[in-house]
Amino acid sequence: MSDCRRQWNREDELPVYLAGPISSGPNQRKSYGMFSSVEGAFDSKTIDFDSYAVGRKGSRTPRSRSRERILDSGDPVEKTPGDAREGSQTNSTGEIDGTGTERGKSLLQGGDGIKLLDGRLLIKGGRVVNDDQSFYADVFIEDGLIMQVGENLVAPAGVKVIEANGRMIIPGGIDVNTCLMKPYLDTQPVDDFLQGTKAALAGGTTMIIDHVTPQPEGSLLEAFERWQEAADKKACCDYSLHVDIPKWNETVKDELEMLVQDKGVNSFQVFMAYNDLYQMTDSELYAALSFLKELGAVVLVHAENGDLVAKEQRKILGMGITGPEGHPLSHPEELEAEAVFRAITLGNRVNCPVYITKVMSKSAADTIAQARRKGSVVFGEPITASLATDGSHYWSKNWAKAAAYVTSPPLSPDPTTLDHLHTLLACGDLQVVGSSHCAYSTSQKAIGRDDFTLIPEGVNGVEERMGFVWDKAVAMGKMDENQFVAVTSTNAAKIFNLYPRKGRIAAGSDADIVIWDPDSVKTITAKLQQSAAEYNIFEGLECRGGPALVLSQGQIVYEGGKLQVQQGTGRFIPRKPFPDFAYQRVKFRNQVKNSQGVTRGMYDGPVYEVPSMPKYITPSPSAKTSPTSHQPPPIRNLHQSNFSLSGAQIDDNVPRRSGHRIVAPPGGRSNITSLG
Amino acid sequence: MVMFAPPTWPRFHLLLSHLSDKGFSQPLFFLLISSSSPIRSLVSSMSERRFCQEDDCSSLLSRLGSDSPRPRMKFGGMFCNVEGAFENKTLNFESFSPQTQRRRTAPTQTGGQDGGDAATGRTMVFPSGTTRESYGKREGDRLIIKGGKIVNDDQSFYADIYIEDGTVRQIGENLIIPPGVKTVDAYGQLVIPGGIDANTNLHVPQKGLNPADDFYQGTRAALCGGTTTIIDHVLVEPGVSLLSAFDQSRETAEQRACCDFSFHLDITRWHEGLYEELETLVKDQGVNSFLFFMAYKDKYQSSDSQLYEAFGVLRDLGAIAQVHAENGDIIDEEQKKLLSLGITGPEGHVLSHPEEVETEAVYRAITIAKQANCPLYITKVMSKSAADVIAKARKKGIVVYGEPITASLATDGSQYWSKDWATAAAFVMSPPINPDPSTPQYLTSLLACGDLQVTSSAQASFSTAQKAVGKDDFTLIPEGTNGIEERLSVVWDRAVSTGKMDENEFVAVTSTNAAKLFNIYPRKGRIAVGSDADIVIWNPKEMKTVSATTHNLTVEVNILEGLEFRGVPTVVISGGQVVVEDGKLSVTEGSGRFVPRKAFPDFVYRRIKARSKMAEARGVPRGNYDGPVHDVISMTKSVPPTPTTRGPTCPKIVTGPRNLHQSGFTLAGAQIDDHIPRRSTQRIVAPPGGRSNITSLS
Repeated sequence: MSDCRRQWNREDELPVYLAGPISSGPNQRKSYGMFSSVEGAFDSKTIDFDSYAVGRKGSRTPRSRSRERILDSGDPVEKTPGDAREGSQTNSTGEIDGTGTERGKSLLQGGDGIKLLDGRLLIKGGRVVNDDQSFYADVFIEDGLIMQVGENLVAPAGVKVIEANGRMIIPGGIDVNTCLMKPYLDTQPVDDFLQGTKAALAGGTTMIIDHVTPQPEGSLLEAFERWQEAADKKACCDYSLHVDIPKWNETVKDELEMLVQDKGVNSFQVFMAYNDLYQMTDSELYAALSFLKELGAVVLVHAENGDLVAKEQRKILGMGITGPEGHPLSHPEELEAEAVFRAITLGNRVNCPVYITKVMSKSAADTIAQARRKGSVVFGEPITASLATDGSHYWSKNWAKAAAYVTSPPLSPDPTTLDHLHTLLACGDLQVVGSSHCAYSTSQKAIGRDDFTLIPEGVNGVEERMGFVWDKAVAMGKMDENQFVAVTSTNAAKIFNLYPRKGRIAAGSDADIVIWDPDSVKTITAKLQQSAAEYNIFEGLECRGGPALVLSQGQIVYEGGKLQVQQGTGRFIPRKPFPDFAYQRVKFRNQVKNSQGVTRGMYDGPVYEVPSMPKYITPSPSAKTSPTSHQPPPIRNLHQSNFSLSGAQIDDNVPRRSGHRIVAPPGGRSNITSLG
Repeated sequence: MVMFAPPTWPRFHLLLSHLSDKGFSQPLFFLLISSSSPIRSLVSSMSERRFCQEDDCSSLLSRLGSDSPRPRMKFGGMFCNVEGAFENKTLNFESFSPQTQRRRTAPTQTGGQDGGDAATGRTMVFPSGTTRESYGKREGDRLIIKGGKIVNDDQSFYADIYIEDGTVRQIGENLIIPPGVKTVDAYGQLVIPGGIDANTNLHVPQKGLNPADDFYQGTRAALCGGTTTIIDHVLVEPGVSLLSAFDQSRETAEQRACCDFSFHLDITRWHEGLYEELETLVKDQGVNSFLFFMAYKDKYQSSDSQLYEAFGVLRDLGAIAQVHAENGDIIDEEQKKLLSLGITGPEGHVLSHPEEVETEAVYRAITIAKQANCPLYITKVMSKSAADVIAKARKKGIVVYGEPITASLATDGSQYWSKDWATAAAFVMSPPINPDPSTPQYLTSLLACGDLQVTSSAQASFSTAQKAVGKDDFTLIPEGTNGIEERLSVVWDRAVSTGKMDENEFVAVTSTNAAKLFNIYPRKGRIAVGSDADIVIWNPKEMKTVSATTHNLTVEVNILEGLEFRGVPTVVISGGQVVVEDGKLSVTEGSGRFVPRKAFPDFVYRRIKARSKMAEARGVPRGNYDGPVHDVISMTKSVPPTPTTRGPTCPKIVTGPRNLHQSGFTLAGAQIDDHIPRRSTQRIVAPPGGRSNITSLS
């Protein structure tokens, strides 16, 4: 563990963003809390968000220094691996001089490179909503970064000013579960990185974490690179990648290590479902979890009991049910809950954080909630579909419609599920909202028109994600706006170690910002969506709340319903291992959890003689030698005497030999003493 | 109601038949009967004839499955509330006897002389003498238990019991003792059905070691503790025929056992080929329960798929699935880890079998059983969380039963850390006894409220020398603890004398529930006319201290050493023989009989049957999908075998042939049903993509 930490620090190319968060994440929040309660603290001064700025220690906060620090933060940014961002580097120097306050000045002196005008933005008069608090402040953006957050910032000439008019300014959403390139048979989802990220931005999501799904025989690294390449060309918003582990074996280990150490991947998905394809046995899962824990990665689990799903599928097909309704029938809720329970148990045993992707049913969610109450480090991710609709549509008479809902685990047919999931989300029992966006066209879905097991699995939802959480949770009074930010953005950033670069509006964070309009109402329909799929599973649902304006990397990409994006502007965001949010507890538990043996005297009573180790005993779990220990039967004695037969031995001079001989108990030697 | 008017003869006859048709409760007859003696004698003579007829075949078990639980309702119902109802008459326990059908019954052997008895308020008992031939060696063995309080699982009452030929013949107040009948005095004590220990391993070798206590030693200890029936496990090693393993165990047991016994079969490697043997076992050999292991990786462990298949088969056969619920995969890894840490002592056992691993497996087993719609019985519930999972599943309506054992009810696992290796090793069993000291109380509470149903012992005793095989490696220690002898006392002490449970529930959890579950009720598990004379006279006040020096097993360590338990059996009657009296044990080796158990126990299978009918999923009748279908070129290459083995669907249905086929209908000008308009419409509906199978479902 410590090794890889060191390695990271040595590498200078890495963005400084990622250097700080581990040690300074949660601590700062506390100091922030105190400060904000001082009355009038915000009046006419810039809140010292610098202390939250990524890349520096929280302890050094005096404002006088902030200037230099802004400078500092500018530099490492340019060194981020994604070359794409070079283009968006903007300049700003002279023009701003002489404006406004002292602070304004200091800010402006900050950037001394040559920068373009359009790189700077001031959002005025909005209410900044973070996961911990909301306050009125202006946000000044430069070079794709938030440079300053404070009241009454004065706009320098030439800086574009956006009037927020009291609307909410929230950190852009992070969708941690998309599959924009997941191959099925020989087809790819209709929403690739371009379509998918366009849809994401239109919905207020400014970052996605996509799943790399290598073939069972394929190399993880190769697949990763393929995905990265495709995304670099097409993605319009920042992205990062999870890697799915299709099969557990020794070669995978090296690749995993490389991915974590060099490629900036800190999360891997394992499957408990897809019998004979991706499914891992409990032993493999145990091994995988142990290994990934050592690497400091977050383990995502697709939790369904694949064995039973396969049996049920066969049964349902045997009954002559071939339509999409066979899908939920063969994936009953219990199998999901069971696998979640098992995954959590495994996580507890290994002491590894477990992240359950796609929580689709009440019982699975309850299982997670209960485990958290018992102290397990487990996170649950409901998705747009499970939060906004239910599985009754599987029984639709329209095949295309029914098939559009096919995803695994399936949507629960219980219509009260979504309400329940929202409640758990609001109270923190579930933490993150994903979308599991994986859109196949109807003709692709129709591959399984005669056999539901062949229908490619996946639903849309990347675009609707934020809107439905607002509509069903915040607008209903279940959740407040801060929690809304937490579940749509901040928690994900923390779990996957993107915080505070993403998931927060603070000086130094990326300028992924959404101005949220809580009152806009729109009706979801496939006609108006960005996604290329011809069917939207939320078709006809009304949704309150939506983005009025979306900034990605400091650029306005969505305003008033219009999307202006540039293909390939998305950067790959590397993520470091050992996210504090998941691993802090794990580390402490590691220290505490060492089991200890009992120091005993040797057992010197009689030992039953096992006639012959019966033939049916498969290799006993321990590879240690079976006890050398039977009651001194003749053969054994002979064997022992063998040692002393040949007079002088090489190591005769070593004294332990004789000592050893004396200690040897009548019942044979025992390992027990070695514990003391 | 009419009934209380003195009835004229024919009218009464009608009434009788009428009532019985309606299934009226039996005891009502006896109100009538006792008020009108001529009829009474008639009825009794009628049934006497029947009784004798049926007795020839000694078909005690013939109708076990079909009518067991019903009588309880009648009995416990209205009638017993009537004041003085028991005076002067023999209770009609015959209606509960498995031998006779309810309608025909009547007090059979009661003094046919009407008037006299009633006046004295006594009932004469006539030994039935030599006509019976069923139980050869118990011929003529007659006993009467006087003055005790009979405790069944539904109620308690004071009555005497007359026993003959190993069967309860008569229950009633003030039975007159015929000469030559031995009297057992039970004044001030409880008379309970003998205990049934549903989980013993007296003949299950582990790692090549035979248990220290075999059928003889084990059943002796069982009898001393008030257990008169054991259900032992037959472990079938992978590759061995089920039938031959069963036969071998049965033979051994018949030679050695001192009390009645039956068998569960432990299936260690499931495959389809076992079906026939299973069928034979269930239908011909009287085995209706099978155990599967979720632990013991690479040895006995079954995968989820295997369990699902097996459960499906068991459900069809009407058997009960049992599981040893622990996640063997995790245990295996944990064991390796601990050994590599240098922990080799017995504490490694409990460290490598953490509670969650048990809980997880219980949860999974329940999920699988629910999917397969098969009744599930969790053996050895050792931890609070496992018990909670069972309780919760039951609340959701799943047919699952949980069995805590003597050890988990009486002690905790702190002894695994004992400095004395032998003591620590003696506690080694799987799942391990939980180190949490509040576990026994918690399990007792769940037992009392019915969330757990059966207590057993999981008896499997290995001597210290045998355990010492694993002295350098805890994974080699043979697993098993004692508990067969202490079971009833433990439950009484922990549950009844603390006020958690009443005496009826005590009988239920120690005997009746097991009998019902495994379908030997009411032959076992109840004191009723016709039941086996397996009876324990229980002294709830006496105390006993458990010690290896005084117990009846051969093992030298008793895990309950030094614990004091209130409640002991004073007299134990097994098969009509007094085997324990005044602390003395007198048993005959080989006197135990094999008790066959029929399939489809009502207690378990009623719900399962109903659910099987309900659970049929239906497809949706849809029009065909006629849109474009993505052309999959290389399907075979990239798809690894999909879970279904069905043939791959043809991705494209060519439209040509289909249409031709359809047009065949209309070719020949006029048709018989030309006048029916639907014809033409059908043609229009026919989609270009051809017909799909989906529509055929409706």
